[in-house]
Amino acid sequence: MSAERERVSLKDVTETPLAAPLNVGFDYTRSTGPVLGRFVTALRERRIEGIRGSDGRVHVPPVEYDPVTAEQLDEFVPVSEEGTVVSWSWCPEPLDGQPLSRPFAWALVKLDGSDTAMLHAVDAGSPENIHSGQRVRVRWAEEVVGHIRDIAYFLPVGAEDTTPTEPAPPVADREEGAPISVVITPVHLKYMHSASPEESTYLRGLAEGKMIGQRCPACGKVYIPPRGACPTDGVPTTEEVELPDTGIVTTFCIVNVPFLGQRLKPPYVAAYILLDGADIAFLHLVLGCAAEDVKMGMRVRAAWKPRDQWWTSLENISHFEPTGEPDAAYETFAHHL
Amino acid sequence: MPDVAIAGFAKAPNVRETEGTTNGVEMLVPIFAEVFAQTGLSKKDIGFWCSGSSDYLAGRAFSFIAAVDAIGAFPPIHESHVEMDAAWALYEAWLKIKMGEVETALVYGFGKSSAGQLRRVLALQLDPYVVTPLWPDSVSIAGIQARSGLEAGLWSEKDLAEVAARGTGKDVAELLDTPYYADPLRRHDIAPITDGAAVIVLSTVERAREIVERPAVITGIEHRVDSPVLGARDLTRSPSTEAAGKALDLDGVDLAELHAPFTHQELILRTALGLGDGVKINPSGGALAANPMFSAGLARIGEAAVRIHSGESRKAVAHATSGPALQQNLVTVLEAR
Amino acid sequence: MTKQLTAVLGTGQTHHRAKRQDVSMPGLLREAIDRAMTDAQVEWADIDAVVLGKAPDLFEGVMMPELFLADSLGATGKPLLRVHTAGSVGGSTALVAASLIQSGVHRRVLTVAYEKQSESNAMWGLSILPPFQMPVGAGAGGYFAPHVRSYIRRSGAPEHIGAIVAAKDRRNGALNPYAHLQQPDITVESVRASQMLWDPIRYDETCPSSDGACAMVLGDEAAGDAVEGGAAWIHATAMRTEPTTFAGRDQVNPRAGREAAAALWAEAGITDPMSEVDVAEIYVPFSWFEPMWLENLGFAPEGEGWKVTEKGETAIGGRLPCNPSGGVLSSNPIGASGMLRFSEAAKQVMGRAGDYQVDGARRALGHAYGGGSQYFSMWLVGSEKPS
Repeated sequence: MSAERERVSLKDVTETPLAAPLNVGFDYTRSTGPVLGRFVTALRERRIEGIRGSDGRVHVPPVEYDPVTAEQLDEFVPVSEEGTVVSWSWCPEPLDGQPLSRPFAWALVKLDGSDTAMLHAVDAGSPENIHSGQRVRVRWAEEVVGHIRDIAYFLPVGAEDTTPTEPAPPVADREEGAPISVVITPVHLKYMHSASPEESTYLRGLAEGKMIGQRCPACGKVYIPPRGACPTDGVPTTEEVELPDTGIVTTFCIVNVPFLGQRLKPPYVAAYILLDGADIAFLHLVLGCAAEDVKMGMRVRAAWKPRDQWWTSLENISHFEPTGEPDAAYETFAHHL
Repeated sequence: MPDVAIAGFAKAPNVRETEGTTNGVEMLVPIFAEVFAQTGLSKKDIGFWCSGSSDYLAGRAFSFIAAVDAIGAFPPIHESHVEMDAAWALYEAWLKIKMGEVETALVYGFGKSSAGQLRRVLALQLDPYVVTPLWPDSVSIAGIQARSGLEAGLWSEKDLAEVAARGTGKDVAELLDTPYYADPLRRHDIAPITDGAAVIVLSTVERAREIVERPAVITGIEHRVDSPVLGARDLTRSPSTEAAGKALDLDGVDLAELHAPFTHQELILRTALGLGDGVKINPSGGALAANPMFSAGLARIGEAAVRIHSGESRKAVAHATSGPALQQNLVTVLEAR
Repeated sequence: MTKQLTAVLGTGQTHHRAKRQDVSMPGLLREAIDRAMTDAQVEWADIDAVVLGKAPDLFEGVMMPELFLADSLGATGKPLLRVHTAGSVGGSTALVAASLIQSGVHRRVLTVAYEKQSESNAMWGLSILPPFQMPVGAGAGGYFAPHVRSYIRRSGAPEHIGAIVAAKDRRNGALNPYAHLQQPDITVESVRASQMLWDPIRYDETCPSSDGACAMVLGDEAAGDAVEGGAAWIHATAMRTEPTTFAGRDQVNPRAGREAAAALWAEAGITDPMSEVDVAEIYVPFSWFEPMWLENLGFAPEGEGWKVTEKGETAIGGRLPCNPSGGVLSSNPIGASGMLRFSEAAKQVMGRAGDYQVDGARRALGHAYGGGSQYFSMWLVGSEKPS
């Protein structure tokens, strides 16, 4: 069985797979509902409100639904901006977006008047300056907008702090005087995305102006782009097959709508291109003729960008354009639809 | 209702960083081959497939779809997916066999934590309105939980070091001599970032007897969840684990595989399940040796199962966790029958 | 077959809108859950487990939202699962919930599916491209439009068929107080005059982007027997998957859908679906999917689904009303849409469909698909217990 493992390992690859950053982010617009809306509206006024649960406990931050009975709660209770550290841990290397960029303590803080603790940061300076049972108070943000970050962090009671606080998060439009009912919470994450070894071979081929597909050893079909595993057989495609940059349009649509992230001006054709010798089509653009002249079966060839713009991507092909040859007969590509 | 047994288990090498992709195909293809060779089954013998994974490890929506390529899902298969540790996918598969819909199932989990910044990503599991916007990281939250127990006298730093030392040949005093990483946690208290995957084959007990001499029969499987409000619950206990354990017969358990990514959490779980000194804990090394997100829980079940197969254990308990500070827990009892 | 009999005890859903800015995510879910529990006449103590379904976490930017939602779902202290099978998730979630009862593990299960996609932007969420890819940038409509073109070519369907479906589903939606789009005056002509978005799909033939949730309470035989007016009994369930793309894949009439339907009819003892099924709630986000799914599901021979639509058979009052609720074309909270189909089928056989009730509906199909038409989940429910 170990022999089988080696055959599908990455040892056969002479170059490491390609990798590139993938940043995913959005400033999420969250409607708060009535309970958290009231909480953040109070924060903007530098007040803190909790809510009483079915067992009499005051929850801070307030909870919309009771943890014991699941019923909706509505009895608000003002609480102090001072409280006690229940427990803590030290954060020596703060991460992006955390309340402080210098080392600080994460803590559960029970504000006076509350029966539950809230999770937040304490700017203690060093782990020697914080302990469970310590009294702390809110350090309000200089610009309060109606957001949990209006509480910039906590400070030991009696500690001075004139360090400027972080800028406020983005704020949703609202009518003058209306309660705050929306908070904006940016979520931006960084990833390193790797292409599979098979895809990397194909991408490196593109960087040299070549279309490299791969044949599945089990079913014999030629895939472009190649896959980490043939989708019908579950084994990597291995045998390289260089393909021409000509083929046909199997099917297509005419994109007429402008939308987020789009670069071309509509109308333009998004089409499935079946290269000569490939057994699967891929999505690309067809330009160089009127959109209404594109036909299922139309013969096309790649229009490459200038060589100095090439990199490891199918983007090296700007679009496909008609060759002027007769359309392929429907029967020859019907099984690809 | 037929009884269900585990007939096979395989796991990908646990590595700090796989060169494979975030869709897991490179990690899955070899272990599917391995488990089929182990059991003598092939993909056409599998009645139901179920996986566990998370888009947020990949930074892509629908990332689990590409993993299906590893199966060779044509002709079409009966398949489902949970966006949770694959231990819960095993639960879904257990239901399918119990209700008589299928006789065999293959469950898999995978994750490439190294692609992103895991401890930051996990902040997204918290309340999106008033907690996530502070970006509390998973290590800091665990540290708060650990300190709660230290200060209540439930465990000592030495107890934690003993958990870390077990099975590694390391010296407890030397471990205690290392500096804090995130006070009160030292590096040895924290599971490593691991990329990995795991697969389990389930079947009716009758079918399992054709596959392996001593099937690991699932004589009970339960899971529960606790409140997400960290400041409103006693973090030194795991009520959901206790509740799951109470619904099971744990008498005579001789071996336990516990999914504890932090040393103090192993102590919480042992107490929650009432595991005495006679029980062998984490002979596989547990999550502290390797913690491939979304397959680590499934792997605990697999590691317990193979020790039933080998005769090392007659009755084992395996556990999986999800969410911050042991919020959700699954417990299963496996027996040689 | 040792499957335990399982029934739908009650259903609930939200008022679906482009942006439900009046509620938080828990509030959105509870609107549907509270209605379902009232409809089912159950209390929290009656619920043994909760099964949550939704589409990609990235839409709302919350990882594994069942965790932060546990208290609001009444799930704290109970078993809680979260299913994700792309757009079919609302359906597969219902199937997982049913399996908890069919396996004899639980007696009553709450299941809920939702999407609050206005917190980000669904088009953005569906268009995130990993590195090295070619941005063709056509969105979900742009993904499906070429396959619609293939259907039209294969079947020889006339070009107005899509407009017939759109007008019908939107008018039906106007009978449904919960539907997002309320368009009682829409006509085939006005649809055909609307802007072409991804030729051949027009603006009025395209689903909206909605915030919404759907919930159901499922129960065992004893619980089903106690339902006033009669429960909806689950006669059959099926789900199938195939890869999104592979050499020679039939994108128009996917085999996974055909095989799921065949398994469903076999389990239900149905040999002539068109005659034996009274109403179908099928997942039609772009109008042309109605004739395509009629064929895929076996209601019409291949190539002839459009004739069923053209004859008016899929209108309320026709031989096989499809989407009397207004369907996905009227409301599309992505994670919930599949469960809406399943629950609307249940409402029909329970006689609880109000102004869009199909008279005498005794057997109804709920259907969902997801991904690149590769995930299919479906159920058949009936007003009587299966024989």
